[in-house]
Amino acid sequence: MIKLFKVKEKQRELAENASGGVPVKKQSAGELRLHKDISELNLAESCTMSFPNGKDDLMNFEVSIRPDEGFYLGGTFLFSFQVSPIYPHEAPKVKCKTKLYHPNIDLEGNVCLNILREDWKPVLNINTVIYGLYHLFTEPNSEDPLNHDAAAVLRDNPKMFEANVRRAMAGGVELGH
Amino acid sequence: MAETPAQLSRSRDLDKLLLRPGNLIGANFEPGEELRDDIGKYAKVLVLGAGGLGCELLKDLALSGFQNLEVIDMDRIEVTNLNRQFLFRFEDVGKPKAEVAAKRVMERVSGVNIKPHYCRIEDKELDFYSDFSIIVLGLDSIEARSYINAVACSFLEYDSDDNAREETIKPMVDGGTEGFKGHARIILPGVTPCFECTIWLFPPQVKFPLCTLAETPRTAAHCIEYAHLIKWDEVHSGKAFDPDEAEHMKWVYNEAVKRAVLFGIPGVTFSLTQGVVKNIIPAIASTNAIISAACALETLKLASGCSKTLSNYLTYNGAEGLHTKVTEFVRDKDCLVCGPGVLIELETSITLQKFIDLLEEHPKLLLSKASVTHQGNNLYMQAPPVLEEMTRSNLNQVLFDLMGKTAKSILHVTGTTSKNDKKFSTLRKLRVVFKGVDGVTDMDTAGGA
Repeated sequence: MIKLFKVKEKQRELAENASGGVPVKKQSAGELRLHKDISELNLAESCTMSFPNGKDDLMNFEVSIRPDEGFYLGGTFLFSFQVSPIYPHEAPKVKCKTKLYHPNIDLEGNVCLNILREDWKPVLNINTVIYGLYHLFTEPNSEDPLNHDAAAVLRDNPKMFEANVRRAMAGGVELGH
Repeated sequence: MAETPAQLSRSRDLDKLLLRPGNLIGANFEPGEELRDDIGKYAKVLVLGAGGLGCELLKDLALSGFQNLEVIDMDRIEVTNLNRQFLFRFEDVGKPKAEVAAKRVMERVSGVNIKPHYCRIEDKELDFYSDFSIIVLGLDSIEARSYINAVACSFLEYDSDDNAREETIKPMVDGGTEGFKGHARIILPGVTPCFECTIWLFPPQVKFPLCTLAETPRTAAHCIEYAHLIKWDEVHSGKAFDPDEAEHMKWVYNEAVKRAVLFGIPGVTFSLTQGVVKNIIPAIASTNAIISAACALETLKLASGCSKTLSNYLTYNGAEGLHTKVTEFVRDKDCLVCGPGVLIELETSITLQKFIDLLEEHPKLLLSKASVTHQGNNLYMQAPPVLEEMTRSNLNQVLFDLMGKTAKSILHVTGTTSKNDKKFSTLRKLRVVFKGVDGVTDMDTAGGA
């Protein structure tokens, strides 16, 4: 290799401008994999995406979910996604931007979804995460909750749970903790 | 040859490797004093990190005859570094690591010149990196390694037979340690696997379910993560948690203790809190010394050819006895970062729409419904509807213009292809060459950056 280094040094002294020009910034492998996931998204009508930083920043986007069945029918819930440069080695960071009454989503917007943390695998993608989030609305679960009041009500008195959800969506009352 | 102690040559150990032939030498090895002197004169080595591995590396490389070194580190010296980062003393706490390390090594080894850089590796321009002969890594995160790997691989060019062009290969020697374990590997873009080719080797990160943290903690780590991830936001909503802020870390520790007491869980200590929150594993000086020695030796082999390099990944485990093994991993031919991609020649007049249609027919691709991205610019996205709308207007634009009017460039495309009647989606790298630009008229061209 030392021969190559000597040759390069001499070349540099002779010509300050290399013929190939300065290499340009590349996308990280994470951005490329994210590009693939997003370009093949197959979202239901109930889910829409938006890109607040324009079409060239795919690492930060928002998904709005409008469940068409279940307790949360009629509501619109906004989630923010933040994807890291080492995606898919790391799961996307998802927070709920809408304050709501839900056993698995707390008031700070933390979402308890297994595939976002302990069950994330690089073979999963953005599509599966959005399906997972949608599932939280069609089948909220009262085990291992982030909001224990909501979970207790769901477990013991589903009718009251339904009423509480309707009221919270309409903008009323305490959401519990 | 009898020598009195006063006449012993400083390079007598190196001379054994560099002045005489052997059986394990690399190709083109020419033993002699000129080789030894050329290493000092011409080889420029960059060391990334001036911490546990970085200090050892700077010492080892300086003593191995390299005289042109530069080092980058974005941190300042802390008291906990002093048990192993031996170039630093108690009075140096608070100063930039890169600067102190460079100064100390230059004081002890005459003839060596080390230029420190107190900044992040992302802050440097790409042509800064292209100046170096070899880049040696003493980094502590996947992100940093992934970044510098992308930089080194961006210099790589391929000829028309999809072989890497030797003069564009930027060799990297990557070392890493964690407690009693460590690794050293050689990365020759286009020849050995790059960092992305083998990123699947990493085990998944340890993440606890949020509901376990919130409802049913069982371990000290659960209490700490509760305070760090959940309680922090409840009390300080809006303010980001900074692990380097002493006040923040103390707050998390106190909350973790309260929770541990509430649930009767033992074991929450301040150092465990730091470990869990910052993902720190206690460092051991000997592991760092062993791994940097391996890295420095490989760097010397690469520069001089005095021996074949290890091929290509060495693992070390000193937890029980001592175990070390070298594995030869193979490149991923389809690697998005270091692979050749598919060479495509285009007319400068072709539109983006025509290009997308062309991909369906191309024998090596057969890619339908393609989305196209160029160096971070999404030229066309098939989905979701909002992005398709935003990029639709590019379809009837001339591709050459959209790609910045350069003769050679790299594109990435995603789409569906089929094999054995099964459809699946795929992401491909393309080496695009525009005909008739800058005198480029035939196939003997390389991919751009």
